[in-house]
Amino acid sequence: MNNKLLTFIFILLPPMPTLKIKTDIAISDTGFVFIPSTGDSFSVNPMGAELINLIKQGKQVDDIKKKILSSYTIDPATFEKDYYDFVRQLKQYNLLTEK
Amino acid sequence: MEKLRYERPVIKKLNTGFLSKFGTRTEYVPVTHIDDNAVEDLVKEFGSPLFVLSESRIRENFQRANRAFKTRYPRVQFAWSYKTNYLNAICNVFHSEGSWAEVVSGFEYNKALHNGVPGDKIIFNGPDKTDEDLISAIKNNSLIHIDHLDELYRLIELSEEVKKKPRVSIRINMDTGVYPMWDRFGFNYENGQAWDALMKIVTSQKMELTGLHSHIGTFMLTKDAYGIAAMKLATLALKIKKELKKNIMYIDLGGGFASTNTLHGSYYQGKDISPSFDDYAEAISTQILKSGISPEELPLLILETGRALIDDAGYLIGSVLANKRLSDGRRATIMDFGVNILFTSFWYAHKISPAQDFSHYTEDTVLYGPLCMNIDVIRESCTLPPLKKGDQVVVHTVGAYNMTQWMQFIAMRPNVVLIDTKGKSHLIREKESLEYLMQKEKMPEHLKGFKL
Ligand SMILES: Cc1ncc(COP(=O)(O)O)c(C=O)c1O
Repeated sequence: MNNKLLTFIFILLPPMPTLKIKTDIAISDTGFVFIPSTGDSFSVNPMGAELINLIKQGKQVDDIKKKILSSYTIDPATFEKDYYDFVRQLKQYNLLTEK
Repeated sequence: MEKLRYERPVIKKLNTGFLSKFGTRTEYVPVTHIDDNAVEDLVKEFGSPLFVLSESRIRENFQRANRAFKTRYPRVQFAWSYKTNYLNAICNVFHSEGSWAEVVSGFEYNKALHNGVPGDKIIFNGPDKTDEDLISAIKNNSLIHIDHLDELYRLIELSEEVKKKPRVSIRINMDTGVYPMWDRFGFNYENGQAWDALMKIVTSQKMELTGLHSHIGTFMLTKDAYGIAAMKLATLALKIKKELKKNIMYIDLGGGFASTNTLHGSYYQGKDISPSFDDYAEAISTQILKSGISPEELPLLILETGRALIDDAGYLIGSVLANKRLSDGRRATIMDFGVNILFTSFWYAHKISPAQDFSHYTEDTVLYGPLCMNIDVIRESCTLPPLKKGDQVVVHTVGAYNMTQWMQFIAMRPNVVLIDTKGKSHLIREKESLEYLMQKEKMPEHLKGFKL
């Protein structure tokens, strides 16, 4: 994808506030997510687990993007779409708050 | 360092103690090949969406059905129900297996003639036969199945004009214990309408009564209804012999055997509950054989089976156009095929498989078609791996009715490919073009050209 288009997509996106994941969240090796405080449970795939862990470590979107793009065969635009969709879902499930 | 394979992040809320009504579905088993042809290669060559039909599967189905009946009843004849799929190549696969043709309109009738089916091996059903159709059917010795009294009386008149006796049968509707009863076609058995019509045919001496026909419904999940229909027609055949001194040549039980599709709202998967050809054959032949008709006079048993012979031989390959998240958090996937070409998605929860390998993580997703219309929903809920734009899926069991009921609405109809028994692919219907669509349009002189 050409760079101009990428910049364009980026400009369209609102500046991301710092994300904070629920502190008591626990992910098992099999992708089972359990929230002791609410009793809710979820299942995530490995990419989902990796992203939750990165957010948990306090990594910002640019760092996360750099890391994923360097380790996986994926183009920046697709990853970005997937990332924001995933984050929105975490918020919908109340797993993530904005600081 | 070699990069890892990426898969879209997925999170799914688990509802404990609350199993999905569909239980554990394994729709994410990928289907990468159809009859040894890679889905990817088919799309490269013929585009997406693409209908693919398996000649081997059609022939296997036909032979299985034929065997199921012929091992239980001495005289059996299938007639391919054109409206199920009347692409000429498909019809010819059936004709080459020995099928006659069953048609329900003048256009289908002419298609059968065009394909080389002899006139006396064409069964002409349906409420809509024009004078022209009827005259041509009389001249060709075709088997005309009368639907209503208006047609019966018209045939008497036409036989005088043509100076030839039409070969006729009547369609009979009846109570077989199945609700709703189809009583809009043909003459009713229980209230005596059917008998009156038969009397009229015989006493007029203008027509040759050849058989008795019924088609009790479609996607019939109970074999016993066919047993009842067979018994009633055999009883009628005996009464015709006794009171009208006529031997009928055949009993035609129509179509309607269920395919392996799953009806919307059905708790069970179609393939687990649909009776087999053997089940239907057993129910039907038992009743005719024990009806009291003498073995030398057993009528030919005709079957107009449609969907059960071709549904699972048809596949629709499609591609993901986009992914979306709906306001309530559900995932939605937009495909490049919709209800325009997959008409049967109104009735069936079609099985859909990804066409490439994925991990075992899945998501529930709504599958939408590409039309800018709210009704364009292929599956309200479907479990699939995290598909991304450009990924392909294979929709199963689409061989019946889609390639005849498809609509030219918003999008054009795609290529149709037949894979022969050696695995070679043949284009059997070319995708439509704008020129093709506009061929029949006419522009009034005063509307030619404008200035904006
Ligand atoms: C008269 C008649 N025969 C045969 C068929 C084929 O039915 P099916 O595809 O359910 O076997 C139909 C379809 O409705 C029909 O109307």
